[in-house]
Parts: sequence; C-alpha cells; structure tokens
Amino acid sequence: MKGFKIIVLAKQVPDTRNVGKDAMKANGTVNRAALPAVFNPEDLKALEQALRVKDNHPGSTVTILTMGPGRAAEIIREGLYRGADDGILITDRKFAGSDTLATSYAISLAIKKMAPYDIIFGGRQAIDGDTAQVGPQAAEKIGIPQITYCEEVISISKKNVRIKRRLERGVETVESPLPVLVTVHGSAPDCRSRNGKLLMKYKHAETVTEMQDNTDDYLALHDTRPYLNIQEWTVDDLNADEAWLGLSGSPTKVKKVTNVVFTAKESKVMGDKDEEIEELIKELLENHTIG
Amino acid sequence: MPNFYNDNKHLKFHLSHPLMKKIISLRERDFKEKEEFDYAPLDFEDAMDSYEKVLEIVGDISGNIINENAASVDKEGPSIVNNEVKYASGTQENYEALKKAGLIGLSLPRKFGGLNFANTAFVVANEIVSRADAGFANIWGLQDCAETINEFADEDIKAEFLPKFSYEGATGAMDLTEPDAGSDLQAVQFKATYDKENDQWILNGVKRFITNGDADISLVLARSEEDTIDARGLSLFVYDRSHKAVTIRRIENKLGIKGSPTCELVFKNAPAKLIGSRKFGLIKYVMSLMNAARLGIGAQSVGIAEAAYREALKYAQERSQFGKAIIQFPAVYEMLSVIKVKLFGIRSLLYETSRFVDMYKTYQKISEERTLDSEERQEMKKYQKMADVYTPLLKMISSEYCNQIAYDAIQIHGGTGYMKDFPVERLYRDARITSIYEGTTQLQVVAAIKGVTTEAYLLRIKEYEKESLRPELVFLRKTLIKMTEEYEQTVRNVIELKDEELLDFHARRLVEMAGNIIIGYLLVLDAMRDEEYQNAAEVFIKRAEANNKEKVYYINITENRDLGIIRQ
Repeated sequence: MKGFKIIVLAKQVPDTRNVGKDAMKANGTVNRAALPAVFNPEDLKALEQALRVKDNHPGSTVTILTMGPGRAAEIIREGLYRGADDGILITDRKFAGSDTLATSYAISLAIKKMAPYDIIFGGRQAIDGDTAQVGPQAAEKIGIPQITYCEEVISISKKNVRIKRRLERGVETVESPLPVLVTVHGSAPDCRSRNGKLLMKYKHAETVTEMQDNTDDYLALHDTRPYLNIQEWTVDDLNADEAWLGLSGSPTKVKKVTNVVFTAKESKVMGDKDEEIEELIKELLENHTIG
Repeated sequence: MPNFYNDNKHLKFHLSHPLMKKIISLRERDFKEKEEFDYAPLDFEDAMDSYEKVLEIVGDISGNIINENAASVDKEGPSIVNNEVKYASGTQENYEALKKAGLIGLSLPRKFGGLNFANTAFVVANEIVSRADAGFANIWGLQDCAETINEFADEDIKAEFLPKFSYEGATGAMDLTEPDAGSDLQAVQFKATYDKENDQWILNGVKRFITNGDADISLVLARSEEDTIDARGLSLFVYDRSHKAVTIRRIENKLGIKGSPTCELVFKNAPAKLIGSRKFGLIKYVMSLMNAARLGIGAQSVGIAEAAYREALKYAQERSQFGKAIIQFPAVYEMLSVIKVKLFGIRSLLYETSRFVDMYKTYQKISEERTLDSEERQEMKKYQKMADVYTPLLKMISSEYCNQIAYDAIQIHGGTGYMKDFPVERLYRDARITSIYEGTTQLQVVAAIKGVTTEAYLLRIKEYEKESLRPELVFLRKTLIKMTEEYEQTVRNVIELKDEELLDFHARRLVEMAGNIIIGYLLVLDAMRDEEYQNAAEVFIKRAEANNKEKVYYINITENRDLGIIRQ
C-alpha cells in the first residue's frame, strides 16, 4: 500500500489568545495589525492528525491548503517544518471580504482540482471567527462525507476511516468511507514541534510573489530545488465564478458589534451545609452556568 | 508560550561572537556539503540563521514542555520495571518531543544523520534545556557520547552506532565510576576479556553512580590488560543495550536532579566493541569525554543559575514588605546584582571555553582529512592548550557560582523559598551536584593549577589586555592590570618556596584569582560589543579586586608550618 493522499486545511489568524489593549478597533472589529498572525490552533491539531496517519502509513503525503493574503505562505512553511510535503496558497484580491460561504466555495474548488485525495483534515473552527462552518460547507459542496469534532483517528484503510469524536457529554466512534473531510476538535493532541532538519531544508521555500519582493542571494536555489516553490492559485486557476466570491458571494452582513462587559449584579450568601451546596449546584445547572 | 531561546537575548549575543565566523567556515569546510544535503548551510549567514531557528525549537520545547514537566518529574522520578529504567512520564514526553524535532545528534556529521552543529551551538542548547530542567539536561546532554564515538571509534563502529542517535534518538551513558574508583579512575577493576572464539570483547563487573545507566548505548571503561593496576591497562568499549546482559541493581535516591536515573549496574558476559586502541581508554578517550562532560556541566550550571536569577528577580519585584517591593532594599538589590554579574560572568566564560574547544577540535578533524599548514597547526595547538586550562576553570567556577546563586535565590524568597511551593528549592537541590560530579571542584583545581604554573592563563590575560577598548572602559582595564601584577607576584612568591604541599594548599586560591581576572576581562570585552554589559563588568571587577586582595593577604600570612595546625 503506498499510503494516503492527505490535505490539511489551515488558516492564518490573528492571535486572539494574546489580546492586548489595542486588539480591537473603536468600531469593534479586530485590529489585525496589533495581533501577531499565527497558525490557527485547531488547524495545527488537524496537521498533527494528518502527520500521524503519514507516520503510520509510509508513502503518504500531506499537502497544506490555505487561503489568504500573500503572507499566509508562512502557514505553509510552518507546516513544512513540521512534516508536511508541500502546500498551496489560494490568494487573489477578488477573495477579499469572503464569508464562510464564499470561502468554502473557493476551498472546495481547490480541493476538487487536487483530486484524487483520500482524506482532508481541518480544524473545527478558527479563533478569529469561531463559526465552524467552512469545513462542513466545503464537504457539502464537494459532495463527500464529513466527520466533525474528531479527537483521534483510530484506524484508516483504503476503504474507510474510523474516528473518535469528542461530544459534549462523551465520545463516540464513527466510520466513514474515503474520501472524507474531517474537522479536528481542540481536545485532540497538540501538534509536534518543528523539526530541525526540515526547518533547514524548507526555510527558503517561497511563493512566486514572495520571490519577487525578495532580494536575498538564494533565489537561484528555486531552480535546482523545486520543493522550495510554494504554489499560488488565483481565481483563474480555480475557474471560479466571481459572483460567488468575495463580498458579492458573501450573504453574511455584520449589522452591529457590541462590546459586552460582564459585571456581577447580585450576590448570594450561602452556608457550608451539604444541602445548601447541593441547592447551589442545582441552580447553576438549571441556569446552564455549569454542565 | 514561553520560548527559552527568544526570551534570553544574551544567548544570541554569545552565539554571534566574531570568532563564530571562522569556527563555522572551518566546521563546514567552506560549505561544501550544500550540494549533498538539502539541510546543509549555503554560507555563514545561512548557517547562523539555521542555528538560531533550531535553537528556537529547543527554546520552544524547553519553555513549553520540559519546564512544565520539571516539577512532576522531580516528584515522580524514574523507577525500575522488569530490569529496565522507566523514566518519569514527563521525562518520556520531553525526550519524545526533542527526538521528533530531530535534536538528538546535534553535532554529529551529516553523513550519520546529524546536524553538524558547532560545539558552541550545542552548548547554547544545553544551557536552555538545563534552565528548564537540569536533571533532564543530563539525559539529553549524554548525546555527547556519540561525539566520543565519532572522534575515536573506527568507521564500522561509527556507521553502526551514530545513526542510532540521529535517526532513532538513542540515549547514551558513560559508565566509568565503580564502588572503589570514583575520583581515582585509575583504580577501575571492571573487566574486559577478549573472547577469541567469537572474536569479541566480553564485559564483566559492577559500575556505580551511572547517570542514565540503562541507556541504549553505553561507553564503558574497563580493564582489558591482565595484571595491570594503573591507567595504562584500561580501554574504552561501546555496549548496545539490546544485548540485555546488564542487571540494574538499583536507582539511587538523590538530593536533586531526581529525573535523571543514577544506576548501579552489573554486567554479566556483556558483548561489547572496542573504541579506538587498547590501553588508551582512560588516558586519551575518557579524558576527552570528561572534558566534553565538564563543559556540559558548565552549561548546566549557567542554565540553573539563569532559572534561579529569574525566580529571585520576579519574587523580589512582586513581594512587598514595609510598604514597598523588597527589591528596593539595598540588602536585596545587592544580592540580585551579585547574582546577575556572576551569571553574566560564568556565561561569558562558558562560551569563551566552548569556542576554544570548537577551534581545536575542528582543526583536529580537518587534520585527519589533510595536512594542516604551519599557521593552522599553531592555531590548533594554541586553542587546545587554552581549552585544556579553561575547561576545569569553567567547571569549577560555574558550578560554585551556580550553588551560590541558587542559595541567594532562596534567601531572597525568605521562608517561602524553603517551601516546595516555588521552584527555587528544586533549583537549589539540582545545583548541588554540579560542583561534585564529573570531577569535584577540588579535582578541577588539580587540573586548573597547571594553567597557573605554566602561565597559560597569564598568556591569555595578556592577550585580553591588548584588545582595543572604548575610552569609558579603560579604567576597568587599569584595575585588571593591577590585579594581574598582584596575581603574578603572588604566584611567584608561592612557587619560589618550592613547597609542593603549600602550592596544593593555595592552588584553589591562585586559580580563583586567575579566574577573577579572566572573567573581568571577558565582561569588559562583552561591554565592547554591547554597552549593556558595562555595569556588570564594573560591579564584577570591583568585587573581584577585593576578593583577590583577600586571597593575597591570606597567602602572605600562611606558611608551611601553619599546615600543621590546619591538618586534621
């Protein structure tokens, strides 16, 4: 068996976990300039799942697929440093302003272009939007099965994959034929670190656009080392219908953004008797504070 | 998301020392491997960039995994299960992360799967890992054994063992000590006999206090020559754990570095392979191995000291008494300042020494490929001589300072520091071994006094003296020149008495005097490259001057007849 062809969907996102005081603009939108751009955490976990399949099935390949501005090529390099084989960046000004529907349209066209493939991994959701929609929508548009909330790939064969899903109140194990799109939950294991040798091998990998802006002495390397060329796909490469892209393809309209500040309005004094504690737990369960 | 490389700019400062350009070009033989290996550097800048990026990986794993696991590893420790050492679960996770990141075999040649990193870069990595968990740093640092195999074993043995480190992440151990052969390794009794029938060496005997004793690959010092009693009858062997011919009798219960298993081993008819030539085991190979290990302890000491300094500084800034942060009281800020300059001082000494080792070892390797020209030969000899006297000096001063720093770090915490709630008590326990293993401080003095009597230290001090300085640093040099004159005079006074016992008695004082001057100069030279070090140089030198004067005074008032009342 010569392994699986794996695609990992990844997104470069502003690091909303390390929010400083400049993180939000006055109008309530994210101030991307003030936040460092990172590999979306659950996408990294998706990459780890893909790399584990590759570890266990020699001959497998992992391709990172990302969409975003030119600098999103960083995500692909990051993937290469950790064990991915190559990557494709979907980038075009015409994609600007895409919501989940328009994004999943572009992603689905790219995935179709990459066929044949066996399994697609992506993070459950990205920390900048938390919609959890792009993966499922892409699967729907391509017309393949999808498994969400994956915590672990239990086994995979050319026929099917068996996956443990993390649900609100437990886990369940499901099976699906291939090809399948899998979104990975935050409870899945962390991604491995960068690998020293891979980092040194791939650190000069660039897209054509990056090469045009680059003035270092290593450009000639790209002729002799084809693995250093990161592919870029535009709207034309995808044969996309422009009406479905960008703002025109995005029915989501943000009406208003409000800054919500939680404040404690009332307090309650309770004793340390078992019955009183039980009463409190009941109350917290009822108003969904816990459980 | 702490990164122990990126959050410590001093590491980059030392890594970018001007001599690194020469070290790397020599080590990379003018970058000829770039055609053969896709990860080999293209030029000096590319190599430095790779060093930094790989050290960032080390810093990431150290900050986020090893450091996080340190407390639980300290508590859980290793155990013996079915005659195998089982690491604490945190240790397993640490090692697995480094292995997956391809960080075993850092300095090995690429043809064996290594990264061919200069020794100095490996030392930086070692310091980073030690800051996170000194006990774990032993397990990881023992990849140094691979370096000894690479240096002295024949090609077949290299091809058999070295890829195990770089591709499989094999662990290493150096099995030297025995119940009756600790500091005095000439007394090793452990037997190696040649089995003619099967054309192989067989090991039998007991080894004790062996760090990481159940390693995949062990270097074993054994008596191969019958009827010998001294160093000349000892040879070095490599043993592969897969033979399963060793019983682990016990794991020691230690004060510190608890994650690092210290084993007592019984070898029973264990097949092994000879490294290099018979009879050179102790006098050549183990000496080289020990020197590398001593440099490793230098890195470990600096790593622990860095961790202790950070803990102390943080606590002193956060703890408030009498209405203000305790760091504002002179008694506390002086302690912190002394910790800081000692830390800067031993770090400078560490990287100076590692550059010397890099220079001479690289020339040594090149000399196996081609004849060195006379200038190169001279340079090799010079750096070898320097490395020989700087290594024991570093081991001694860095480990002693590390202990003092850990002690003061607890002191700054007050009662809280004595509790298990803060990491300083672990750092204090971990620090304690550094001045004991790989040769006690007292034994380092025996090696380092040669730097005093042969004037090797003085020679280097005179070289430092000639370096050009910014005007605002000249006054520091003036003090150092006075200190040097005083040192020369004192050494002369002691040597002229021609009294071996008195020389031994004062040896540590004399070595420390030289060390004070050397570190003083190193800090001044650091200040030449970055003004930030000027204050540290000033504080250090002032204290060093007073410290040397105290030593001179004591040496002057002590005569041979005083030894009679001191001797027990």
